[in-house]
Amino acid sequence: MGKVGIIGVGQSAFVRGYPGSIRELVFEGFREAMQDAGITTKDINASVICSAPEYDKQRSPAGVFAEYLGLTPQPTFYVETLCSSSSMGVRLAYSLVASGLHDMVAVVGFQKMSEISSAESQERMGRGADIQWESPFGTMMPAYYAMHARGHFAKYGTTPDDLALIRVKAATYGQVNEKAVYRKPVTFDMFSDPENSMSGPVASPLRVGDCCANADGSSCVIIANEEKCKAFSKKPVWILGLGAASTSVNMAGREIFSGLTVGMQAGEQAYKMAGITPKDIDVAEVHDCFTIAEMMAYENLGFAKPGEGKDLIRSKETYKEGSIPVNVDGGLLSKGHPIGATGGSQIRTIVLQLRGEAGPMQVKDPEIGLVHNIGGVGLYGNVTILGR
Amino acid sequence: MAKEKKELDVRFGKFGTVSFTSTTKVNDFIDRLEKGKISGTKCKTCGKVYFPPRADCCKCMGKEMDWFDVTGKGKLLTFSKLEYAPVGFENDVPYSIAVLDFGDYKVFGRLSSDIPDSEVKVGMEMTVVANELPNGQLNYVFQKA
Repeated sequence: MGKVGIIGVGQSAFVRGYPGSIRELVFEGFREAMQDAGITTKDINASVICSAPEYDKQRSPAGVFAEYLGLTPQPTFYVETLCSSSSMGVRLAYSLVASGLHDMVAVVGFQKMSEISSAESQERMGRGADIQWESPFGTMMPAYYAMHARGHFAKYGTTPDDLALIRVKAATYGQVNEKAVYRKPVTFDMFSDPENSMSGPVASPLRVGDCCANADGSSCVIIANEEKCKAFSKKPVWILGLGAASTSVNMAGREIFSGLTVGMQAGEQAYKMAGITPKDIDVAEVHDCFTIAEMMAYENLGFAKPGEGKDLIRSKETYKEGSIPVNVDGGLLSKGHPIGATGGSQIRTIVLQLRGEAGPMQVKDPEIGLVHNIGGVGLYGNVTILGR
Repeated sequence: MAKEKKELDVRFGKFGTVSFTSTTKVNDFIDRLEKGKISGTKCKTCGKVYFPPRADCCKCMGKEMDWFDVTGKGKLLTFSKLEYAPVGFENDVPYSIAVLDFGDYKVFGRLSSDIPDSEVKVGMEMTVVANELPNGQLNYVFQKA
């Protein structure tokens, strides 16, 4: 089996209230990836369409978008694992290419969250949990992650201030990422200013500033076999490792509230497949839907020992100039989190970093990058390791 | 002769402020809740304990279950107070969701609304009691032990 790589990446700007239909939004990420790869639609053998359901009215989106993207009559199908849908799509595309079934596959992620209100969005996200036994209590994503923040605080002495530092870092890079939905700075003092919206309560101990920005967006990753990668790309980026895991949807079935087991398991699998250790990672994108999620990712991926994630952010080691730069594109917190598009966008960021094309966000000469993408409240976990 | 229409057993629609499931093979959970009991199931074949209750055992593939009641004290593992609610729960705000550890199983639910925030601490012992909601629906809440 030859190598499998990435020859094209693209994403739309992540925005609030995209002024167009979903298929048009999807085309934006796709066009950028196609132009990046320098290919035509005839070169693509199959498409994998990824999103979380119920944010829009379109049933069975794969066929509709494949037609609009010019990818018919090639096979197309839909993949869904909530917020990690497009990372799971990349995992599937890898297997389609590695098996020899296809030479080149497009993974297209999208979400148009602005079609519904914020409260409706929370209701749908809450139903990404256990609708029989938990949703009737009135659950939503921020509260589930808040329960993990509380668990982390209780076990390790982490504080709301530590979480605020993660938000400040995200905003540092959101300001220089022209694709980000939130371009404004966030200062540490905003969290202690009752007049500032960042300090507003959402679900204790998480505040408004701890939560990512909903957005509309699309992403696209073009995956190809070794021969096609070498033929089409001067700088192919190789998929070195893949990991994926799942766990109990109900919080009553969880072993711990200080970390996400799916992140640990997916990370271990991906490191093993790539034959590397956490120390070998030069730049990472982790799933920071909430500040606590990034804190747990530091520890679950082995960038810090359990309980020592706070030391990484306090010493700024996850900034661009630090020992392990994390989310230097603004992350989900500032770049935005259009659910189904997020994994593809994270992969795009790492591909650009490894090619040395990340502009003002560029980390110095990275060789290996990691993408950590979580679906639901640690229900699904994907880790993808990429190398030059 | 017209066939008699079989009535669907929709007892589970009574669970929680808003229920998203009307029927389940463990509908008896609701009858037990009405009697003040919060119950899980235990596989008759292999003895595996389930909370929330299940009709099917994924360990031995069994489908015969016994009910058991959640009794005694559980330890508060974590909680969060919601200041903002999803659609359908606006009238309940603020409320806290939490998880209790009973050793053999854990229970997800709400904290009783009469406990002051300052008295809620991870690790504290709590009990679980059945609760009727203002809209006539049923759930269960955690109280200080």
